[in-house]
Amino acid sequence: MTTEIGHFALLLALAMAVIQSSVSLIGAARGDNSLMQAGAAAARAQVLCVTTAFAALTYAYVTSDFSVENVWTNSHSAQPMLYKAAGVWGNHEGSMLLWVLILALFGALVATFGGNLASSLRARVLAVQGAIAVAFLLFIVATSNPFLRLDPAPADGRELNPLLQDPGLAFHPPFLYLGYVGFSVAFAFAVAALIEGRVDAAWARWVRPWTLLAWTFLTIGIAMGSWWAYYELGWGGWWFWDPVENASFMPWLAGTALLHSALVVEKRDALKVWTVLLAIIAFSLSLVGTFLVRSGVLTSVHAFAVDPERGVFILVILTIFIGGSLALYAWRAPALRPGGLFAPVSREGALVVNNLLLTVACAAVFIGTLYPLALEAVTGDKISVGAPFFDATFAPIMVPLLVLAPFGPFLAWKRADLAGTAQRLLFALAVAVFGTIAAHAAAGSEGPLLAPLGIGLGLWLIAGAVSEIFWRIRAFNAPLRETLRRAVNLPRAQIGAALAHAGVGVVVLGITGVTAWRVAQIVEMQPGDTQEIAGYTVTFEGVAPRRGPNYSETVAGFRVARRGRPVDSFESSKRSYDVQRMTTTEAGIITSYTGDLYVAIGDEGPGGLTVRLWYNPLVPLIWFGAIIMALGGLISLSDRRLRIGAPRRARRDDTAREGAPA
Amino acid sequence: MNWRSRAAVAGIALVLLAPATQVRAVNPDEILADAALEERAREISSGLRCLVCQNQSIDDSEAPLARDLRLLVRERLKAGDGDREVVDFIVARYGEFVLLRPRFGAHTLLLWLGPALLAAIAAGVVFRRIRARPVSATAPLSESEEQRLRKAVDG
Repeated sequence: MTTEIGHFALLLALAMAVIQSSVSLIGAARGDNSLMQAGAAAARAQVLCVTTAFAALTYAYVTSDFSVENVWTNSHSAQPMLYKAAGVWGNHEGSMLLWVLILALFGALVATFGGNLASSLRARVLAVQGAIAVAFLLFIVATSNPFLRLDPAPADGRELNPLLQDPGLAFHPPFLYLGYVGFSVAFAFAVAALIEGRVDAAWARWVRPWTLLAWTFLTIGIAMGSWWAYYELGWGGWWFWDPVENASFMPWLAGTALLHSALVVEKRDALKVWTVLLAIIAFSLSLVGTFLVRSGVLTSVHAFAVDPERGVFILVILTIFIGGSLALYAWRAPALRPGGLFAPVSREGALVVNNLLLTVACAAVFIGTLYPLALEAVTGDKISVGAPFFDATFAPIMVPLLVLAPFGPFLAWKRADLAGTAQRLLFALAVAVFGTIAAHAAAGSEGPLLAPLGIGLGLWLIAGAVSEIFWRIRAFNAPLRETLRRAVNLPRAQIGAALAHAGVGVVVLGITGVTAWRVAQIVEMQPGDTQEIAGYTVTFEGVAPRRGPNYSETVAGFRVARRGRPVDSFESSKRSYDVQRMTTTEAGIITSYTGDLYVAIGDEGPGGLTVRLWYNPLVPLIWFGAIIMALGGLISLSDRRLRIGAPRRARRDDTAREGAPA
Repeated sequence: MNWRSRAAVAGIALVLLAPATQVRAVNPDEILADAALEERAREISSGLRCLVCQNQSIDDSEAPLARDLRLLVRERLKAGDGDREVVDFIVARYGEFVLLRPRFGAHTLLLWLGPALLAAIAAGVVFRRIRARPVSATAPLSESEEQRLRKAVDG
């Protein structure tokens, strides 16, 4: 019964989305306030409907109702409760529903808290959001309905993909979707602004927090996926330049650029035309990302069951939204007049360079990801574009960006003093040089010759961020009281930005460490055998079988000692899942301040158990850095100045709102 | 299992770094006695795609076909082939699809030069914009803006 309620709620949500979209648009065009209010009400009703549908599906999963086809395909009665619940979005249909739920939620938030927006702008934003919801709900209802029943109901389900039965992956999709869909708000604002023919600081103040929110979630989502790949796939890789990874990375790059360019619109009323385009691009890439994995052109752990009907539907949606918004852009963007002017050496100038490099980096990933598809379609040639291509093209674009990043925050708006800025970065430069030399000395002849420069680059970013904060609070340059007063009053947005930049530096350290100085051993071990790796002595104790709730595993026990002293003991196992007969690797990882000892087991042969051991120096910094970046995003979001664009008791006077101060 | 592709090293540091050889799916019995030859085998196989997997090199893959290819690479090396000859041999049999790093040629011109081309165009546009714009000029207010300004000032 709940399933039917869910199904019905889904259809009702579609109706609400249609109303939200059409009524808001007409209301805005006619300046009819009651129609616009009705559109906002429809947005709130839509989120109720979608929530009901999502709750109904969750109920079916949690209670293991195998009469629902979707549950039967993606769940099993023996699965732990966490994975029963995560199964809701661990499949194509359910994940689309989650997507729409987040979309509806964001729409309702704009409808409810957008009181300080010009009412026509808010209505148009809701219209665009409604239109996206219509497309997605139609797609779900027509091709991917999760509420279909089976008769007779099977006795038990076919189980969630074992690779997804992992805490890291259980929450990876929701974060990713919060990111993707968060960009839909920026997109809706961009399209609404194009219809209105107006982009101003008030617009940017709305777009920026939403972009920041989306970016933060996307950062967390991507980091989670990478971490999962690291410990679950059994050989310690953490990024593969796989098309599905690229699909989430492209919106992140575009979103990062958008974050920076929206700043210019807000503060200086410049780069408006470009920022609108970026907002369109960021969400378009999110759409491409969402659909790339569903269209059947890619097959991977992410590629849910696909059929041609869906592919065509997807293509139509992509064409309408991406093509439509770009056409609107081409038509209306010239109406947006450029605003504030600036000298090449200025904060604006630096942000332009940032945008240029990020966009080109994004384009490199885009070209590499889609080129094989395009080439095969055009000439029939099949080629592969793998990691070596991306290493060769992406990195040369990112290095200058990261070298320049610490300069930006020091530069004044409009016109800046480069010599003065360089002087303020002398400390950071000293740290970077010292770090490079130290890394070179420590590495000796190990690893690539230029790797210490990577350490220097990471330290440069971190020290640059620290210098910026010290400079702002005049540390060591003013009486302590003055410094403290400044520290207390420092805007959170600046703390957040500095943290995010430092986080990138931390990531760079991790990448450099694991790439340059990774040590690997592969041996066959008998119980009692020991193996030395990177100063650790690993002793193999033996294997034993073990039963889990829905799998059986072979567990190998190890003891670890360092310089003769026992450090720890750990397990590394291979799991075989009952239903899907799939094997997964659960690596044994011992994390220390300097890196990870990573042990995965293979098959048992005549010579003993195949054991692969790695020492991955600094690798935890990759995810730690991502957490710092996300934290920076959240702190920045809590800035009082950004909240001007968020909930505030609205004045009902329309004209006053329209002329919000820059 | 597509995720299990080559250890790609996103990033930044990468240009700075020569490819580090790593042990992955290779089994102990495959490893060549000659360390230099083994090193070359690694290097070559990390650039070759496992054909039955998705985006994964034969060096990472546990698939039997990947193992066959790894052994083939080592066989050719032992027979005295140069790196290029080994790769050519494999490409002749399996097509260019097997290369993770596509060869530069007419069919991949846009792929290899696209990012650089785009960077050049974008830099050109930015440069022209900056040069074309006097720093002091400000556009006059439009009619409607004048009206809104008057309205705001007059309250």
